Amino acid sequence: MNEKNSSLLVYTLIYFGFLYIPVLFLPIFSFNDANYMSFPLAGFTTDHYEEMWSKRNLHKALWASVKVGVVASVVSTAIALLAAKAFVRYKFRGQNVSYGAIMMPFLIPEIILAVSILIIWINLGLPLGLVPVTIGHILFCTPFAMLILIARIEGFDFSLEEASRDLGENAWGTFYRVSLPLYLPGIIAALLLSFIISFDEFILAFFLSGSDATLPMYMWNQMRFVKKLPHVLALGAVIIVFTTFIVLLAFWLRNVGQGKEKQDIAIKL
Amino acid sequence: MFQAWRNLYSKSDNAKAYSLLSPALFLIILVMLIPMALMLSFSSFTQVSMMEIDFTPTFQRYIDFFEKSLLVSLLIKSVKISFIVTLITLLTAYPVCYYIAFYVKKNKMLWLVLLTLPFWTSYLLRVFSWKIILGTKGVFNSTLLGAGIISEPLTFLMYSEEAVIITLTHAWAAFALLPLYVSLEKIDFSYIEAARDLGLSKFEVFWKVTFPLSLPGVIGAILIIFIPTVGDYVTPALIGGTEGRMLSNMIQAYFGKINNIPLGAASATIMLTTVILITAIVSYTTKRLTQRLS
Repeated sequence: MNEKNSSLLVYTLIYFGFLYIPVLFLPIFSFNDANYMSFPLAGFTTDHYEEMWSKRNLHKALWASVKVGVVASVVSTAIALLAAKAFVRYKFRGQNVSYGAIMMPFLIPEIILAVSILIIWINLGLPLGLVPVTIGHILFCTPFAMLILIARIEGFDFSLEEASRDLGENAWGTFYRVSLPLYLPGIIAALLLSFIISFDEFILAFFLSGSDATLPMYMWNQMRFVKKLPHVLALGAVIIVFTTFIVLLAFWLRNVGQGKEKQDIAIKL
Repeated sequence: MFQAWRNLYSKSDNAKAYSLLSPALFLIILVMLIPMALMLSFSSFTQVSMMEIDFTPTFQRYIDFFEKSLLVSLLIKSVKISFIVTLITLLTAYPVCYYIAFYVKKNKMLWLVLLTLPFWTSYLLRVFSWKIILGTKGVFNSTLLGAGIISEPLTFLMYSEEAVIITLTHAWAAFALLPLYVSLEKIDFSYIEAARDLGLSKFEVFWKVTFPLSLPGVIGAILIIFIPTVGDYVTPALIGGTEGRMLSNMIQAYFGKINNIPLGAASATIMLTTVILITAIVSYTTKRLTQRLS
């Protein structure tokens, strides 16, 4: 279609405004010299950022989220990589059922996943904390990581692996020298995006973290107090910038070394 | 013997595929299916006191649920709110995806990044930004007050069903954009050209060709918004107040303050059943619709 459609363009721009502007209020008010978030702005300050930095509990929550995020993203990407390879490489009985089963955490309200893990965890007599949160995040991140990896591996020339085996390399050597370098951009993209999902995840952490707050739980606990809102805004602004950076990095990595046509396919996933 | 197994293994794609899949399937079984089965069995127990649960199976919790008019009305309200949110999101997001799929030629990459980015930003923060906008001393009220349009802050903005609907529509929009865009982008343009050459009007081309071909994306978008919003906890808790409360907030209360785990498990099971039923209805109707249209 070579024609133009300016009314649709205007509408699209307005829609993107609706999508992006509300979130921009966080950084705007994080520099505002007042405890209330209202117009007109009262003046520029970085006090809220200093206050944020001085909170011991925030440091603890940040560290908790990083630990959970790293473990969850590494484990779920490893599981997802094996699964993705099975779906791309082989045609097998029960393929659709297996695929549906692995994607199921997508199709069930998160609160139900959280509550059922909570019940089993309590009944096993185990203490709530970061361990059940991490396990929940692994469940939740695996389908995402798998979709990203399938998009990357699709079209991979598996004869390269066979050639390596024929030349006498063992399974590990083949993986390490042939497959891994080719999969690597996809793996890193899956790691980064799983990390972000875990880092921002709230519901599972809310039910399972007990007294070990992750960063979203920390924000949630502070949001109840009007006086503490400004430093939550500062924290929110930092998180948004950090997330955006990681996601753009992941997009870029995922597309490295792929042709134009494949790029278009890859970004859709 | 070992060699024989090895040969069998190397010949069988099934065995290879399932050994690669086993960690993922174990994860699903151990962390999702078994816990969900346990939740189901807990919904048949009775909470006797704070710490004590009677394990005699009974249907009483489900009867309790439907006898408590609050729970039933919250279930209906959750479904209603999600339905409205899904509808608004579809209607507003479709033209955007349509534009990007068919009209954007230059810098398509940039548009696609813009489309995907909100999907990854923190859900909690997206909801929180609406608290800033709609609050009594928030952006909206302070702007209207400053402009002299109102003399008292509008208190009905926050803590209402409408506030929950607006917030959810914004927070989940990103999830609708992707499936819609993908299905529109896939459409082979020669179909549309053929329809035009046959003399169909612009509206007819859209209604008879483009829209039916984009149905998979529409179903995807419906499910991907409807399922999580029915069970949403954050938005009603942060924005909804008592007016905008949804079923999840009660489920949370049963597992927390009220401490009635069996009734909480029954409520969660009823929510899950509702979601499954609606998913089935949506997929079935769209399948029929696609058959009729083609």
